[in-house]
Amino acid sequence: MRSVEEIYTLLEEVKDPEIPVLSLVDLGVITNVSVENDRVNIEMTPTFVGCPALDMMKQDVMDVLTKNGVHNVSISVSFKEPWTSDKISEKGRKALKQFGLAPPPVGKNLFSDIDVLEHAACPRCGGSNTTLKNPFGPTLCRSIHYCEDCREAFEQFKPL
Amino acid sequence: MNKLAIKELLYKIADDQLILGHRNSEWTGMGPLLEEDIAFSSMAQDKVGQSYALYTILHSLGEQEPDTVAFTRNAEQFHNSIFTELPNGEYDFSLIRHFLYDTAEIIRFDMLTGSSFQPLAELAVKVRAELRYHTLHANTWIKQLGSATEESIDRLQKSLMYAFPYALGMFEESPYEKELIETGVFAGEKQLQEKWLEKIKTIIGETRLQLPDISTVQPVLGGRAGRHSEHLQPLLNEMSEVFRIDPTAEW
Repeated sequence: MRSVEEIYTLLEEVKDPEIPVLSLVDLGVITNVSVENDRVNIEMTPTFVGCPALDMMKQDVMDVLTKNGVHNVSISVSFKEPWTSDKISEKGRKALKQFGLAPPPVGKNLFSDIDVLEHAACPRCGGSNTTLKNPFGPTLCRSIHYCEDCREAFEQFKPL
Repeated sequence: MNKLAIKELLYKIADDQLILGHRNSEWTGMGPLLEEDIAFSSMAQDKVGQSYALYTILHSLGEQEPDTVAFTRNAEQFHNSIFTELPNGEYDFSLIRHFLYDTAEIIRFDMLTGSSFQPLAELAVKVRAELRYHTLHANTWIKQLGSATEESIDRLQKSLMYAFPYALGMFEESPYEKELIETGVFAGEKQLQEKWLEKIKTIIGETRLQLPDISTVQPVLGGRAGRHSEHLQPLLNEMSEVFRIDPTAEW
């Protein structure tokens, strides 16, 4: 029977359906893994409540574990530890940046510091000569920005 | 725990989210600006997703599957406020409704973070955080357009006067109101309305708009008890059309 660490290692193979460089572990949506009497229990939480990728992620988790010989799996969705953008790991933030998505600003209160949204750091040049085009984007988790230096648009993971 | 009281509370919140979420989605492809089209589409997805999470809690309490509950009930079985089922109208009405409704919604979920019913308290923490983007959007537009030109102020004012009696219908009390308060599940519609009014006054105070004198307004009630306007059934027919083609289909 696999250990909890081994399960986490296997789970690193499961990627966000929209961002293939980002694993669910680094995204912070796997909130608990336990092994009890031959059964693996995985607890997940969605980034945004309305995220349509959750079902796909659950299926992918099931597929990766089954492929690796772990068949007795139970996956549950919980809000006990609600997802916040701070849960994205350092590794995840690097992966996002490399992919061209600005990682969310860390630990800042959205409403006491609105500049945080207005001057997102460009994932390409790193500069903050950027403007917010839309706090809403193509998915619930992303906002749309424009870098005046690169003369190109980019998206940021919304701080939540 | 009074299951009936909790179910009634969950249904009315979930139904509000589903119906207004659906109305929001009707701006997809029709928004006055691309950014606004995206904004309402995104908020629609949030609201419909939140209704799904609430129907999931109801399912754990013995109600049917979320799809069945969302797509097979008829108008008289819905508990949304009539406010949410009104057609989108022009953008001024949609923005006013967005402002009045979302302000109440975030306060409601804020109050629910302290609920004695744990699954709802947990979900409320999450939903409250997401709703801050919605209220930011509404407040920004109301403040901008509410102080911009004669036309924008006039249109928003007319919509505000039209919307207000319907908005008060959001706070129609539950038959289990006392019970919900006493058991700590929800601190009640009266408290919610008070907090809402205070917040609305603050934002409107930064514009050239005027709130009606609440003592002169007759609230439009009935939605919570399944007595709806002529707008709900056509909305439900359209919303459930694809599902009803084959309710057992795998998507």
